Parts: sequence; C-alpha cells; structure tokens
Amino acid sequence: MNLLLLILVPLLTATAILLMRNASQVKWVALTGATAQLILAFVLFFAFRKEQAAGNPLQMLFQQQYNWFPSWHISFHLGVDGISVAMILLTAFVVIAGVLVSWNVARMTKEFYFLLILLSLGAYGFFISLDLFVLFFFLEIAVIPKYLLIGIWGNGKKEYSANKLALMLMGGSALVLVGLLGVYFSTPEHTFDLLKLSDIQIPPEVQKICFPLLFVGFGVFTAIFPLHTWVPDGHSSAPTAGSMFLAGISMKLGGYGCLRVAVFLMPQGAKEYSTIIIVLSTIAILYGAFATMMQKDLKYMNAYSSVSHCGFVLLGIGMLTKVSMTGAVMQMVSHGLMTALFFAVIGMIYERTHTRQVNEMGGLLKVMPFIITILFIVGLCSLGLPGLSGFVAEMTVFMGSWQHPDPLHRIATIAACLSIVVTAVYILRAIGQTAMGPIKAGYENLSDATWNEKLAAIILVIGIVAIGTAPFWLNDLVSPASQLILEKIQLVQ
Amino acid sequence: MNEFLMIMKSEWLITAIIFLLLLIKLGKGMKNGSLLLLVQVLLLLNFITGFFFNKEGSLFDGMYHTSSVIIFQKNILSLGVYLISLLFADWLKKSEHLPEFFILLLSALLGMFFMISSGNLLMFFLSLELATIPVAAMANFDLGKKISSEAAMKMILSSAFSSGILLFGISLVYGATGTISFVTLPTQLNGSTLQILAFVFLFAAFAFKLSIVPFHLWTADVYEGAPMATTAFLSVISKGSIAFIFMSALYKVFGSMNEIWYNMVMILSIATMIIGNLFALRQQNIKRFLAFSSIAQVGFILVGISSSSTEGVSSVVYFVLIYVFSNLAAFAVAASISSQTGKEKVDDYKGLYKTNPFLSWVLALALFSLAGIPPTAGFFGKLFLLTAGASKANYMFITVAALNMIVSLYYYLRVIRAVFMDKNEQPIEKINTDPATKLGLVICGAGIVLTGLLSWIYDYIQSLN
Repeated sequence: MNLLLLILVPLLTATAILLMRNASQVKWVALTGATAQLILAFVLFFAFRKEQAAGNPLQMLFQQQYNWFPSWHISFHLGVDGISVAMILLTAFVVIAGVLVSWNVARMTKEFYFLLILLSLGAYGFFISLDLFVLFFFLEIAVIPKYLLIGIWGNGKKEYSANKLALMLMGGSALVLVGLLGVYFSTPEHTFDLLKLSDIQIPPEVQKICFPLLFVGFGVFTAIFPLHTWVPDGHSSAPTAGSMFLAGISMKLGGYGCLRVAVFLMPQGAKEYSTIIIVLSTIAILYGAFATMMQKDLKYMNAYSSVSHCGFVLLGIGMLTKVSMTGAVMQMVSHGLMTALFFAVIGMIYERTHTRQVNEMGGLLKVMPFIITILFIVGLCSLGLPGLSGFVAEMTVFMGSWQHPDPLHRIATIAACLSIVVTAVYILRAIGQTAMGPIKAGYENLSDATWNEKLAAIILVIGIVAIGTAPFWLNDLVSPASQLILEKIQLVQ
Repeated sequence: MNEFLMIMKSEWLITAIIFLLLLIKLGKGMKNGSLLLLVQVLLLLNFITGFFFNKEGSLFDGMYHTSSVIIFQKNILSLGVYLISLLFADWLKKSEHLPEFFILLLSALLGMFFMISSGNLLMFFLSLELATIPVAAMANFDLGKKISSEAAMKMILSSAFSSGILLFGISLVYGATGTISFVTLPTQLNGSTLQILAFVFLFAAFAFKLSIVPFHLWTADVYEGAPMATTAFLSVISKGSIAFIFMSALYKVFGSMNEIWYNMVMILSIATMIIGNLFALRQQNIKRFLAFSSIAQVGFILVGISSSSTEGVSSVVYFVLIYVFSNLAAFAVAASISSQTGKEKVDDYKGLYKTNPFLSWVLALALFSLAGIPPTAGFFGKLFLLTAGASKANYMFITVAALNMIVSLYYYLRVIRAVFMDKNEQPIEKINTDPATKLGLVICGAGIVLTGLLSWIYDYIQSLN
C-alpha cells in the first residue's frame, strides 16, 4: 500500500475540479474522487489487517521517506498504525457523505468542492505523517478552506464565526508550533522525526513546558475547555458539508495530535498533567451537556453536544490506560460519523423547512419519514444506545477510566457517566418536538430525501452500525497502538 | 583587468543599462510601450545572467567584496526589480518620464548592490546614500499629487537625519577602534562603553532604514503618498537589501558583541511586531495597511537575525525571496485597481471576487503567504525564521512571535473577507490588466506556491553559506 496515494488522489481531484467547466462535471469529479478515497481507505484497512495478522512487529507500517528540507533534518516521512488507519477510514466516510450532501450547492460550486477536497487532503496528510513538521504543515493547510467555507457559503453571523474559528485555531497552532520547536531543539540531533524522537527520552524539564503547549494547542482543535468557544459559532454558521467536515474530521485532528504527539512523545509530561486534563475534560463533558439542554437551534445543539462528546476523547486520553486510550480513539471515530450524520440530517431538514428552531417544527415524521428515521438513529447513537457506535465508544472510555481506584478518577468517571442522562433528556426532547405531534402549517407538502441525501445518510449509518454491532474490529485495530503508547508511559516512574 | 570586470559583473551590467536608458532619453526617445518592453527584456537578461559567470573575491583593498551568498542576494533584488517592471506596467506606461523612473530605480539598485558588497564603513555609507536619494525622487513621481511631494520631502528629511546618525556612529567607531574596515574592525572590538555607544548609533541608523519601531514613523506616510511602484520598491527591495547588510554587519563585524546586540534585536523585534500589527489592524487605506504589515514583517526578519547562525542567514535570505513574491503581488493588485479606478480603501474591495476572480485569487495567495499559512511559501519562510530564532532557546520570544502571527492573520483576513465574502452594490468593475502585469502576477503566484514546496530552493541557499 503506497501511502502517497492518500495525498495524491485528493490533489488530483482538486486539480481536476479546477479544470472542469460546469457545475455538474465538478460534482461528478468530486464524487469520483471521494469514492476513490473511500476505496483507498478500505484497501489500506485490509492491507493493514493483513500485516497485523501476519505479526508484523513494526510500530508504523507502510513507511515511506522522502527528502524535504534536509538542512533542517526534515523529511517527508509517512507511515500508519492502527489509530491512523481508523482516522483515515473515518475521514473517507465523512468526505463522501459531505460531497453527496452538498449536491445542491448552487453558488460557486467549483470553489466549494475544491475547498472541500483540499480540506480532506489536509486531514489525510496529517494522519499519515510521521514527521512533526509535515504534520504541522498539514494541520495548518486546512485553515484556509475552513475559513472560506464558513465565510462564503455559511449563514447567520458567518463572518464573525469564520474569523473566530480561524483565529482560535491559529492560536492553537501557534502553541503547537512553539511546543514542536521546543521538542526539536531538546534533542542533540535536532530532528522532527516522530519515531526517532520516541526512541530518545525528551528531558523532563522540556516535557514540563512543551507538553502543556502541545496538548492545549491540539486541544483547541478538539474543543478543550475553556477554549471550545469557536465550536458552537463555527459549526452553526458553516454550510452543511462544512459542519460535517469540521466536527467529523477537523476536531479529530486535535484528539489525534494530543495522543500521537503530546502523550506519545512526552509520557512524563502526560503523567504530570493528567489530573488537569481529567478535570478540564470532565467540565467540558458536563458543561457541554447542560449547555445543549438550553439550545433551541438544532445546529447549536449538536455543536454543544460535540463539545461534550469530544470531552470524552480528552478524558480517555487523560486517563492514560490502554483501554481508555483505545476508547478515546473509538469515540473519535464514533463521534465523527455520528456528528457528521447529525449535521447532514439537520441540513436536510433546514433545506426544507428553512428553520433550525426546534419549537417551530413538529410532525415532520409524516412528511419526511426517511430523514426523520435517520434523525432517530443518530439521536439514539448520541445518547449511547447499545448496538450503535456511541455506546461502544463511551463504554470503553468508562471501562478504561474505572481502572484507576483513587477518588479523583472515580468522581470524574461518575460525573461523565451522569452526562449521558442529560444527553438523553435533550435528545429525546428535541427529536420528539421535531418528529411527533401535529404537523405545523406550511410543512404539509415537504418532500423526503433525494437519492444523494439517502446515499450519504446510509453510508454513515453503515459506519455507525458496523462499530456498534461489531466493535471488535475497531478495538483490534486500535489497541495494539495504544498498548505501545501505554508502554512508553509505564517506562516513566 | 579581467578580474576587475568579472567580480563587479552585476554592477557593470546595471550601469550599462542605466547608460543605455540615458542615451535613449537624450536621443529621440521612444514610445512608452516599446521602451517598457525593452526595459523588461533587459532586466530579465540581467536577472538571468546573475546566475552565470560569477566570480567571488574582493577589490580595492577589501572595500568591495562578493561571495556566493551576496551574489544570490543580488539576484533576489534583480528579480524584484524585474517583477516591478512587469507588475506596474499600467502605471509605468502612463508615466511621462518613464526613462527617468528606471534610471533612478536602477541607480538605487546599483547603490544597494554596492551596499551589500561593501567591506568598509565609508563604502557602506556612500552606497547607502546612492540607494536612498534616488528613491526619494521616485517617491515624488506622481507629479500632479501634493501628497506625493509630501512623501518625498518626508523621505529625504528622515533619511538625511538617519544618515547623520550613521555618520556620527561611523566617526565614533573610528575614534574607538581606529579602523573602519570590516576586516580589521572585529579584531579591535573589546566591548568598551565608547564602542557600545558607537554601535548603538550604527544600529539606530539601520533601524531607521528598516523602519524598526521606534524609528518607523516615516514609513506609513511615505508609503501612502508615493506612487505604488515606488512604495513596492521601497518596502520590498530596499528593505530586503538593508536586512542583508544589517545581518552581515551584525554577524561578521560585530559578531563578538553578540550578547549585547541579541537583547537589542530581541526587544526591537518584539516592539516592531506588536506595534506594526496593532497599527495595521485599523488601517483603511490599502497602502498604509501594507506599510504597517511590512513593518510587522521586519519584526519577523529580526527573529531570524537574532539567531546569529548560518541557519539565520539562510532563513532570512529565503524569507526575503518569498517576501519579494508575496508583497509585490499584493502591491501589484492594489496598484492595478488604483490606477484604473483610483480606489485604495479596503472597503472598496468588497465584492471584488465577483468581478475580478483572477486578481482576487492572487491577492488572497499573497496575503495568506504574508500571514504564513500553508501551502504558501510564507509558511515555510516564517517557520524557518522562528526555528532559527528558537535555537537560542528563548521561548518567550518565540511565543510572542508566534502569537503575533495570529494578530497579523486577523487583519489579513479582513481584506480576504472584504474581497470574498462581503456584499457590495457597486463592486469595482472588471479591471483590464496589462499582459505584462498578468505575466508578473502569474510569476508571483507560482513563486508563492513553489518556493515553499520545492525544498531544494532552501537547500540551495543553505549550501551557499
């Protein structure tokens, strides 16, 4: 499996989009590209499983290395482990769904799809790079598309949201940058190479400074409390596909970075700051859940619940056990699929009713049975119904965090568990108001989902159910990688 | 004799072009269009020959010296001047005194060439004057506009003032060490109070020319008043050349006083970034906006200079190369709009994308590059400056610089937002750009994208050291 393909396919797609003449050509090119991405992701998955089954002892598979700025000891070093493969699969699912959902974007179609594909390019590059400079490069590449997607095709106070998002994420990257430079100069040979850095021990005093920089910097992307404020505004102003990409892919960059860069390279720092991470993520979980209860707007609702759900990711990472870290990755995948689907459904409803206010809707189940059924599925997934992915992921995080016997970890775990009750309240209330009851005037003649919307929803539902009913494949994929991270943590005493 | 010709090859070439233009001016003269084409071809040839037949060495007892880095620096400046002749074609064609403009511009360029090659404080002073005075005349080139004369006046007064400071510094250096040669000067430095005082005066003169805070006050007014081509020349070529000589003076001549000037550079760098950024936030006029943003960029250059390492040299040279592409592109878009519609305010740019997609994308690329966002080259440029600066392990400094990148992103996004997002009833109409300008913009766009991604460009610069 040649990992470069994951970068080249989006790149070629984006170039081809620029060359197309009319909107329908652009759409089909984008869809072809997204399908190719999905196929590639599956090929990678099976190839990886095959290697794993054959007992390949290497930490990172399919490695490739090219010279890039050799005078700074930077190289274009690619490779994947189970965690990256899981994230790549997630990205491919969300991308194809996002492309399908945006089929009706009429304004500047070419630019829209170009930016979507560019965003996916950044995500793939980020997940496969083993050089911190390259990783940072791909992390930042996604800033322009996000900003423009929200600012041009968004709605509501889109300029404000786009600015807020770009500046806060840039702030996060600035912290990451300083942290990375600290790591770079702490080693005698000055390297950005992840594997080389993991072999040498980074001095404790450097870890003490650089770990919080890196963790908080990446944390901004995944809505660490109190730097989560871009999430509600950004998601609610973005166009449907924009929200899907933001919540489904972009927020995962942060979680992945926290785990892969901050915790993996600086286990000592992770141990030292684990209490703070746990406290902050518990606050995020509870705060997000309660804030969701107060929302009337479906998109704001999902955005705040994303804050809560991403809190589980950080909680899982902060707990520093093998199971909890595996759970964190599973929660990333699960939340990515679920929240992308949620935003897609909200977008479909909004396109028909032109409102996102829960109290202005009612009885929609009668006119759009397909869309509302999907809304039910995603809602139940969000509140953690067994059989869907949310349950599996959250359960794994709880199981992992319960392994710590001391009061702090217990309290955090119990508090996080309680948030599920709150989630159930708001989800059931929102769905009930939207779907049940007498149909509101003016909504009688709304149409149900079109082929592209159905396809997008079905693709994502397949992902959610596949994790929910057969979680072992994801678990088997991820846990060897988290085992390695754990071993690094256990070395520190 | 042959050596004498070859070592000073770039200077001879520029002089030849100047004389050719003089002859044309004195003779019958030519139509603006064909003359401009001739100049463009000559400058292109000048840029290309810059890469061949180069000879390193020194002349006149070390008064003048070249090395591969210096030759490369000269090539960057030549490239910038060539791009200016393309990008501002619209305005240049309308100018009544086209030959004079290029004669002045090339004289200034000649001064800069001598300046970065100078091996002696006197030589440096002379060439600096040659690099400055013609620019003041160029600032006055919008002959009908009062604001243009005002800019020229401010420029000549402030540069005379800074020359005074520089001369005073030079005389103090001579008094304190007994030499003004760059070769013998380092051996005489012992860090005595008088020497430090002399150094501070020299430093202040450099700071004036580079418009480092608190010596930046002349910049915005001059930039706003001068014609766009002059402003672009001033902010890119002039700044770049002075950054080069500033860096080599600090490293080679005052290298032993590193501990003293490191703190000066650091404090001024922080002040320059912060003040430049804060003032840029509120500017409405696009020229003033770019003026303050270029002040902030100088702050970043200082981060790289502070490292005093070979990485510092190459990252600064690399950054200036990228800066040539990015800033010239931004100025060129602004100039095309201003020369056809007279509009220079950020608010006038609202809805530009609807009518002028090409110009809008070039502007966006340029601004993203200035802000340091990948995949544009500005990302690599800024990152390498910061990496070089971080080698001193002064993380507060690097953090401040990194945070300043956020502030600068805010105001660059303001322009992007006006161009792409804001609605406007009467957007700027379709601009007919000159073919030469289009070519220039394409070169700049390609430069902005490729200079970063093609890593061998950086490695080439690094290998020159």
